[in-house]
Amino acid sequence: MTHPLQVVFGRRYRFAASHRLHSDALSDADNQRVYGKCNNPYGHGHNYVVEVRVSGPVDPATGMIVNLLDLDRFVQSEVLDAFDHKSLNEDVETFRSLVPTTENVCKEIYRRLRHFPLAKLERVRIEETSNNAFEYAGEEIQDRATVQ
Amino acid sequence: MVYLTRKIEFSASHLYHNPALSAEENRRIFGKCNNPHGHGHNYTLEVTVAGEPDPVTGMVLDLKELKTILEREITQRMDHRFLNYEVAELQGQIPTCENIAQVIWKLLEPKITQGRLHKVRLYESADIFAECYRNGASQA
Repeated sequence: MTHPLQVVFGRRYRFAASHRLHSDALSDADNQRVYGKCNNPYGHGHNYVVEVRVSGPVDPATGMIVNLLDLDRFVQSEVLDAFDHKSLNEDVETFRSLVPTTENVCKEIYRRLRHFPLAKLERVRIEETSNNAFEYAGEEIQDRATVQ
Repeated sequence: MVYLTRKIEFSASHLYHNPALSAEENRRIFGKCNNPHGHGHNYTLEVTVAGEPDPVTGMVLDLKELKTILEREITQRMDHRFLNYEVAELQGQIPTCENIAQVIWKLLEPKITQGRLHKVRLYESADIFAECYRNGASQA
């Protein structure tokens, strides 16, 4: 029988990184028009906040969906080590050919976390500043994680 | 459908310990949350009710009514309490966010009769939370 309540565990992480929004598919003038000051040639930075939500059965022995130390280690090795205090455009392979808008950063983080083995990844939310946020739940990714 | 959320805060102490496990296993799994005399948090609870606004009042439910329910069912039961020892509904459970959120859901669900309880989200700190909602419901 399906448990009537879905329980989700959420954890927030932080990283600081720089980026520049620039598309090779657009002219310089169009890049400037579309991205404005985010197109400034030397880039700029943000303090990003990433919220990771996972679901699964709550283990009666621990009261937990997942031990947060296990989740912390996975997020650290898959995302924070690669993104924190880096240039997203220069240092993260994906963004050498993809504009590192926060939409794309959100999807990339989801892609990196989707095979977390201990719980099902439900959603990634990322705040670029305290005034804008993006969420992604992996809708068009075919090999989404399944909980054991 | 409109989703209405009310937030409350309460402060409580707890510890994580499973008597079926050895002292070493408790320490390994729960770390400093296993410290024997417990520790505390400022919890933030967000309760979301879904419904259609009443055509006369324009409300899904009266926020004063929701505030009264939350004070009676949650604040009086949990605020400034040691969750392991003083909250009957948590007896026999590890008082993690996941378990407390489910207890809160079960306490509130029958009491909310205008609109329908949609989601309970409980923060233990700004960076750690658990939420619950009906299986299959949107995560809005």
